[in-house]
Amino acid sequence: MADDTNKSKRKRSTSTADRGIPGAYEGETITRRALFTGGAMVTGGVATAAFALPALGFALGPIFEDPSKPSFQDVGSTADFNDSAYVQTVITIPDSKGTGEASKTTVYVREFNPQLDTDKLGYPYVAISTRCMHLGCPVRYVQASARFICPCHGGVYELDGSVAGGPPVRPLDRFVTRVEGDRVLVGDRFSVDSHFNKFSVHDPGEHLDGIWQYLYPPRPTV
Amino acid sequence: MSFLTRNKPEAPPQETPDIPGVLKRGGNGSGNGDKKGGSPTDALKSGAAEAGIGVAGWINERMGTAPGLRHMLFRKVPNHDWTYTLGTATMFAFLSQAVTGVFLAMYYDPSPTQAYTSAAHITNEVFLGEFVRGMHKWGSTMMIILIFLHMGQVFFYGAYKYPREMNWLIGVILVVLTLMMGLTGYLLPFDQRSFWATIVAVNLNGTAPILGPYLADFLRAGPDFNAVTISRFYAIHMLLVPGGIAALIGAHLYLVTKLGTTAPPWVKAKKRRELAREDI
Repeated sequence: MADDTNKSKRKRSTSTADRGIPGAYEGETITRRALFTGGAMVTGGVATAAFALPALGFALGPIFEDPSKPSFQDVGSTADFNDSAYVQTVITIPDSKGTGEASKTTVYVREFNPQLDTDKLGYPYVAISTRCMHLGCPVRYVQASARFICPCHGGVYELDGSVAGGPPVRPLDRFVTRVEGDRVLVGDRFSVDSHFNKFSVHDPGEHLDGIWQYLYPPRPTV
Repeated sequence: MSFLTRNKPEAPPQETPDIPGVLKRGGNGSGNGDKKGGSPTDALKSGAAEAGIGVAGWINERMGTAPGLRHMLFRKVPNHDWTYTLGTATMFAFLSQAVTGVFLAMYYDPSPTQAYTSAAHITNEVFLGEFVRGMHKWGSTMMIILIFLHMGQVFFYGAYKYPREMNWLIGVILVVLTLMMGLTGYLLPFDQRSFWATIVAVNLNGTAPILGPYLADFLRAGPDFNAVTISRFYAIHMLLVPGGIAALIGAHLYLVTKLGTTAPPWVKAKKRRELAREDI
């Protein structure tokens, strides 16, 4: 009994000569065949990685790219806008450059109105993105009902962009605004949660309240 | 082809000289062999048959493919019902998509400014363009329908069970790849419908927790729909996924010929005695 346990615990010699491998040299711990097999596999692996890894990085690179620098675009004079009704303006999304008509998007702009707006974002103008927060269809402002309505899956938003009904998961995105002289400038897009806290721009369909903000990480940039 | 007609009754096996390792000679060559100096057409026919056998033999001697090919083409297939042809139907839908797709690629330009124009050019100006584009468009729907019918047939006949689990898994991957073809191909006409449908589809991918935002960025090649999104979809649609589908169809077919098909569930296994009598 005791002998058996000793036997199983006894370490097998690492020397090829001790294991009786033909043609083995004293002190050798690996056969030449095993060495060359391993060597050939490593060489093949390095050669494959040499083209596969750059190709993979090439395909995955855009995930880590910096978004375009914020650029302010002139949408009109301060006289063009009021604090009760939206005015439709058109800007070019910097990250969509080169797609022709598809890079243009509608922005609804009105002056900040302390009676209507509860947000503490501090921008002089409210610039609402038309990207629906369900799955990204373009919403339309309907003056008669004073609401934004999405044609795809029935998302409805209040005048301030908060969700009134349907599948959207958070209020409509907004744009940074600024006044220079008598010109109204619209900058980069940002996202808000249901209490109008500012977040970096997130894709539609991503919740930002509570624990959800951690489940949808912001864009990693290098 | 001579090897397709080798089992014709008018060509008894003892009359045809057996060329070792080569497909046997067909009916025409041997049938006219004893009437020397027939009409010139007969001579031409037998000459063509000889040439065909010669070429097939030359290739086989160097590649050794004849036994495998013969096994695949002339294997005995039980005659159960027509639902067993759904897999082949799906494969031909894929072949039709591949061929029409290659020719559409000759006219199509995957750039945001030219995609719609070049697609419209195919439909309106290219000879048979409307027909080939229509085949590709409707063929894609046919392929989705056929692959799901095939999947349902395999499921309800219990053909996914031992020892065919690997073939079921390969088939499931093929379904996913086929759906990827549908998704990436939908953007390419680049009209309002395909643009917004792709926006929705990419955002749908983005809603998965943790990995979703990365997946959406990967598909769009950036934070927003941009100038290279369409060429990315095009490359996935015409190179990456079809390559995978073609390779997996090869593996799928290999396993079908190796394992054979399953009997329908209502066909009862024969008793051992009956089986033994039939084998004699």
